Amino acid sequence: MNDQIIFENVSKFYGEVLGVNRISLSIPPGITTLVGPNGSGKTTLMNLMTGLVQPSNGRISVLGFSPVNAPDLFRILGYCAQFDSFPRGITGWDFIFDSLMLHGMSEAQAFEMTAESLDRVQLGDAAGRKIAGYSKGMRQKVRLAQAIAHHPRVLVLDEPLNGLDPMARAESIALFQELGRQGMHLLISSHILDEVDRISDRVVLITGGYLVAEGSIRQVRQEVREKPLQVLIRCDQPALLAAKMFSVNHCVEARLHVDGKGVFLRTGDIDQFYSMLNGIAAEGLVKVESVDPADDDASAIYQYLIGSDGGAS
Amino acid sequence: MMDAFGNFLKHLAQQPWGLWWIQARRLVRIEVKRNLFSFKAGWVYFLAFIPTVIILIHFVFESHHPSWMSDDTGVLASVVQLYYIRLGVFFGCLGIFSRLIRGEMIERSLHFYLLSPVPRELLLLCKFVAGSFSAVLLFGSATVANFALIYAGFGAAGRDYVFNGPGLGQLEAYLAIIVLACMGYGAVFLLLSMIFRNPMPAALILLGWEAINPVLPSLLQRLSVASYLCHLMPVSVSAQGILALLTVETEPVSAWAATLGLLLLIAAVLSYSCYRIRTLEIRYTTE
Repeated sequence: MNDQIIFENVSKFYGEVLGVNRISLSIPPGITTLVGPNGSGKTTLMNLMTGLVQPSNGRISVLGFSPVNAPDLFRILGYCAQFDSFPRGITGWDFIFDSLMLHGMSEAQAFEMTAESLDRVQLGDAAGRKIAGYSKGMRQKVRLAQAIAHHPRVLVLDEPLNGLDPMARAESIALFQELGRQGMHLLISSHILDEVDRISDRVVLITGGYLVAEGSIRQVRQEVREKPLQVLIRCDQPALLAAKMFSVNHCVEARLHVDGKGVFLRTGDIDQFYSMLNGIAAEGLVKVESVDPADDDASAIYQYLIGSDGGAS
Repeated sequence: MMDAFGNFLKHLAQQPWGLWWIQARRLVRIEVKRNLFSFKAGWVYFLAFIPTVIILIHFVFESHHPSWMSDDTGVLASVVQLYYIRLGVFFGCLGIFSRLIRGEMIERSLHFYLLSPVPRELLLLCKFVAGSFSAVLLFGSATVANFALIYAGFGAAGRDYVFNGPGLGQLEAYLAIIVLACMGYGAVFLLLSMIFRNPMPAALILLGWEAINPVLPSLLQRLSVASYLCHLMPVSVSAQGILALLTVETEPVSAWAATLGLLLLIAAVLSYSCYRIRTLEIRYTTE
């Protein structure tokens, strides 16, 4: 069976308003994060994938299943939507238990899996209370519990960290990482770019309904050729190293670190850069302690490709 | 031809009927609970039982002479035809059925159902069944209570009328009318709530249509829930003044033809609703 989520030339128009345009993507297992400003089409992409809206053009396949075929698709997919609303008067327990019963499970099995999913998000104690009395973070958690309760292979999470306190956020991230390691597909939209860096195997950048870039953060960064890569080198003689490196034409900028124990260098050709750095280190002129990319994170590529500081969602 | 029919039967047999049955039972249970035990259901209870309260007062505080039984029989028929069919069940079903899809879109909770492994057509039909069950339970109970209170006051004569006379047959007919009214109006309001963001204006137009329907040509009379139901009334109601408009005799139709006609109308409306829900998109921002 196909193990990819595939968008083939998918467009969605809401009347004359563009949702997404000609998106082609192939998403493998692991954690993929959708990044883009408000109204960029992230939620539309997720809703298209789950059949809540239908594409105007193109084809979508989720591990070989079409979103049109809800009964088959929703056995393998869980969707934690961003809508902060629930059926009226329902308790956390009933919310999850009812959804599992709709999968055709026995009461005993649904009971067991409800308890398990509530425990996973640490909401077991509040399960018997009405959701209307939950805090925002608890509502976010119970939605997540409902999405993972039936052990889906694909988990779609629209801004899943919104409203969570730092502790709950760390727990959720740990849960996502664990699920990603288990071979699940996780498609997450988030505007917290530091956390995107921590959890993502891949990022998909969209803006204005168009796909801007996709791949691992490092891959995407290297593809942004008009913005030379920045590297921080910690060494004993940063000024000497800067002079040496700056003599080659692919090195376009050098700046000493404020503590005087390192130098930021920008290069247009990272392979030649590392080759030359190895040569300098081998000659023994400079003792290099560490070499770290300084701008191949989600925030930097967001800034370069979308043109903001990443504060937007 | 036979091959095609055979393939169709084979296709039907391959469907997951057992799973659908389990899902349907759960969905109906969830919906019935929400229809009957929510704050918003209060006014449906009010619509169903307000005649019961009035008849109860009549039962407690007024004397009952056996010769007045035919008058009370006429009153009961009027309550069913002029109140329940035209107003009580009409607005009760508007409240129950317009909430099933549109209400959930307004509350932004419909997507939870659409994200479950339940075929959308099954979801819609289960909501219809749950709505019909809830409405029949309320209005049917009220009708039985009305019937019992009307004849209880007459003592032995009342019991004789019910158990040895036409009483039970009339009760069966009233209950059949209530069931068909709930299903008929329910199907229509379910569809209207999927088409219109606010189904109330369309419902008021429908109310007007139902009121003038008896004076329309016979072909148009077939597009009315109330006109079918009037043919099933066990006791004819005569009214004067403005109420006469509600009791105009439509073109005579036999009871079985009226029942079949209404069931076909319900099936047609539900089929179109199934088509609509298949292409329904969740865009709460437009609600």
